[in-house]
Amino acid sequence: MTTTAKLDLNEDKTFLDSTELILNMGPQHPSTHGVLRVILKLDGEKVLGAECVIGYLHRGVEKIGENRTYVQFGPYVDRMDYVAAVSNGLGYCETVEKLINVEAPPRAQHIRVILTELNRITSHQVWLGTHALDIGAMTPVFYCFRDREEILKIFEKYCGARLTTHAFRIGGCQWETYEGFEKEVLSFCDFFEPKIDEYEQLLTTNRIWVERTKGVGVISGADCIMLGVTGPVLRGSNVKWDLRKAKPYSGYEKFDFEIPTGPNGDTYDRYVVRIQEMRQSVRIIRQAVANMPAGPIMAKVPKILKPPAGEVYHSIEAPKGELGYYIVSDGSLQPYRVRVRPPSFVNLQALDQMVRGRLIADVVAIIGTIDIVLGEVDR
Amino acid sequence: MLNQLTQYLQSTVTPGQAGSMLWATIYILVIFAGISLCVVFINWGERKALAHFQIRLGPMRVGPHGLLQPIADALKLLLKEDTIPANADKVVFWVAPFIVTTAAFVVYLVVPFGPQHAVTDMNIGILFMLGVSSLGVLGIITAGWASNSHYPLLGSLRSSAQMVSYEVAMGLAVISAILMTSFTPGSGSGTLSMIGIVEAQKAQGVWFLFKFFPLGLVAFVVFAIAMIAETNRAPFDLPEAESELVAGFHTEYSGFRWSLFMLGEYAAMIAVSSIAVTLWLGGWMRPFPNLLSGTNWDTIFSLVPGAFFLFLSAVTLYSTARMPKKLTFRIQTVGLGAFGLLLGAVGLVMLVPGVRERVQDIFWFMLKVAVFMYLYIWYRATWPRYRFDQLMRVGWKVLLPLSLGVLIVTGVVGLSPELMTWLKGVL
Repeated sequence: MTTTAKLDLNEDKTFLDSTELILNMGPQHPSTHGVLRVILKLDGEKVLGAECVIGYLHRGVEKIGENRTYVQFGPYVDRMDYVAAVSNGLGYCETVEKLINVEAPPRAQHIRVILTELNRITSHQVWLGTHALDIGAMTPVFYCFRDREEILKIFEKYCGARLTTHAFRIGGCQWETYEGFEKEVLSFCDFFEPKIDEYEQLLTTNRIWVERTKGVGVISGADCIMLGVTGPVLRGSNVKWDLRKAKPYSGYEKFDFEIPTGPNGDTYDRYVVRIQEMRQSVRIIRQAVANMPAGPIMAKVPKILKPPAGEVYHSIEAPKGELGYYIVSDGSLQPYRVRVRPPSFVNLQALDQMVRGRLIADVVAIIGTIDIVLGEVDR
Repeated sequence: MLNQLTQYLQSTVTPGQAGSMLWATIYILVIFAGISLCVVFINWGERKALAHFQIRLGPMRVGPHGLLQPIADALKLLLKEDTIPANADKVVFWVAPFIVTTAAFVVYLVVPFGPQHAVTDMNIGILFMLGVSSLGVLGIITAGWASNSHYPLLGSLRSSAQMVSYEVAMGLAVISAILMTSFTPGSGSGTLSMIGIVEAQKAQGVWFLFKFFPLGLVAFVVFAIAMIAETNRAPFDLPEAESELVAGFHTEYSGFRWSLFMLGEYAAMIAVSSIAVTLWLGGWMRPFPNLLSGTNWDTIFSLVPGAFFLFLSAVTLYSTARMPKKLTFRIQTVGLGAFGLLLGAVGLVMLVPGVRERVQDIFWFMLKVAVFMYLYIWYRATWPRYRFDQLMRVGWKVLLPLSLGVLIVTGVVGLSPELMTWLKGVL
C-alpha cells in the first residue's frame, strides 16, 4: 500500500507562466472549526505553505482577569475552551489553591476527577464527530452527540449547566453530589464502552478513513517538543507525556490508567490515541466512583480571597493538551496578571509544518486532528 | 384522436420508432415531469433516510412526515434572490446550469422503461447516452470558471479531471456488456440500442450481471463505482466537498440557478442508474424470469405493481387513522388521507387486465433504479470522502485495468466455442 505517498515539492514544477494561488480559508469556512483563517499558498491542489490568522474571537479573557476578584474570574475561564469547560475550571481553581496554599479535600478531588474525565470524553466526542465530518463521514458526528448528551445530563444535574459549567470552586466544590450520582455515572460507563466500539466500527478499519488519515500530517516527537505541542498530538508522535502521570494533580496518582501513544505521529495515530483515551477515562471514572471517600467537599478558604504577593504556574492535562495558568498576585483582591497557556493555541503552530506539501483535503483533516477550539486559541 | 389512441395501444414499438409525433411529445412531457417529480421526492427520501441513519427524524413539519418539504424547498428556491457575483462572466454564469440540466434530461430520450415505453429507440442508444451525459461536465467547468472565485474554480477543475478519468473505466465496462449482446445464439451481431440490449438479455435468458460469472458482475461493479464518481456523489463528491471547498463549483450560485444544478445532479443519478439497470439488471424484465417461468407466474408478477401500490395505500391510510385528532393536524390528516386514496386508485388501475401487462415493465424498471438511489444514500451515510490523488489512483490504477481485463476475458470466453473449433481444426 502506498497510502503514505510523499509529495515532493520539486517533483513537478509549475508551468513557467503560472503563479501560485492564494486561498483564504476562513474565517467563514465549514471546517475551520469556528473563526480560524488560514491563508494557503497553493500550487494546484498542493499546499506550499499555510499561515494562520487568529484573533477573530478575541475577548481579552486575560485582561478581564486583572479586573475581577479571584472568585469572580472563575466563570470566565469556562468560556475559553467551551467544549472542555470543566477542565478549564479545574486548572484555574487548582492554580489559585496553589497560590493560597490550600488543597481540596479528598472527596472534592474525586468529584473533580470524575467530572473532568467525563468532560474529557465529551471533548473527544466533539473532536471525533467534527473530525470525521471534515473527512466526509457524516454519521459519526450524530452518534457522538447522542452519547455526549448523556454526560451533559449528568453535568446539568450536578451543577445546573451543561456546557459552561463552572462546576468547581476555589478550595473544592460548591455542591455535594446529587442523589444517585455514582449510580448514574457508573451506568454511563457501562453504556458508553460499547458506544466507543460503535465509533470504531464506522471508522477504524474503514478503508477510506485509513487512507485519508494514515501518513497525513506527520510530525515527529522531537518537532512536537520543539514547537511546544502537547496532549494527544504529542502522544500520537510516540512521546509518553501526560501531566496526569508526569506531575500528578488532584489525586491522579491514586488511579491506575495507561497513557496511549501512537507510533508514527500521523492523523490516524492521533485518532487511535484519542479513542484509547476515552477508554482510559472510563477506567479512571470507574475507580474514582468505587473509591469515593466521605468527608467535606470544601477546604477552609477565607470569604475574602486575598492571596499573598507572589506568582504561581500550574498546569493540568486538559483534553487538548497542557493547560497552564500563570497568576501574579500583588497581594490585592484582584490578580496583577493572569496568563493562560492554552493547548489549542500552541498546538495550532504545528499546522504549517504538517500541511506543507499536502493537498487541500489534508488541510481540513489536519486542522481537525490538531483539535482546536477557537475560543481557546483567541481567548 | 381515438384513432391515435388505438394506434398507440396496439403499437408494440416506441412512439419514436412508430413515427408518432404526438405520442413522442407526450412521452417527453411525461418523462420530464415524472423525472422532476422523482428528483423532488428522492431529495425527500434522501433527507429522511440519511436522517434515520443518523438517529434523527429529518423533515417532519411540512406535511405528514415532511412529505411536502421538497415542494416548500423548491418554492423557496424559486423565490430567493438570484445573485450573480459582480466579477462573474455573466453570460457563461447564466448558461452553465442550463447545460448541466439539459445534459441530464436529454439522456432520457432513449431510456427504455419498457419495450414500448421510451421516447424512441436509437440504434446507437447507449453511445448517445454516454455522450450526452458526459456533456454535463462542460456545465460544471463553465460554472466554476464563470464564478470567478477560488473555491468554484478548484471544484470545477477537480470535477473535470474526475469525470474524464472515470468515463474511461465506465466506457470499458459498458463495452463489455455490449460485447455480451453479440453472443445471442443465432444472431451473431451485437447491438448498441438500449431496447436491443434488454432484448438480448431476454433472448440469452440471463441478466448480464450473471453472464459468464463473475465477469458480468465485475464489469457491473466497475460501472457502479464509476457512476458514483461520474455523478459526483459520496464518497467521490470532491467537486462539491463541503468541508473543503465550501460548496465546490456551485458556491456562488443561489436560488433558481442553484436548484437547476441540484435537479441536474439527481436527474443524472437516475440516468446513470438506468444505464446500469438496462445493461446488467435486465432493464424492464421482472425478477426470476427463468426460475419462476410460465403463464401463471407471469400473471402473479404482473399483479405485484398494483399490490405494491395498494400496500402503500393501506400503510398511508393506517397512518392517517393514527394521526393526532387535533385541529392543528386537520390539514395534514386530510392531505395524508387523500394521498393514500390516490395511491389506492393508482394501485387499482394497475390491477386492470390489459393495463397491468403494459405498466408492469415501468414498475420493475423504476424499482431497480430505486434500489440504486437507496444505495447512493447509503454510501453517503457510511463512507468518508476520498482525497483527490486517491480518487485518481482508484480510477486509473484499479478500475481501468479491471474493466480492460474484463473486456478482454469476456471476448475470449464469448468466442471460446469458435476458438475451440478453430483449435481442433488446427490440431
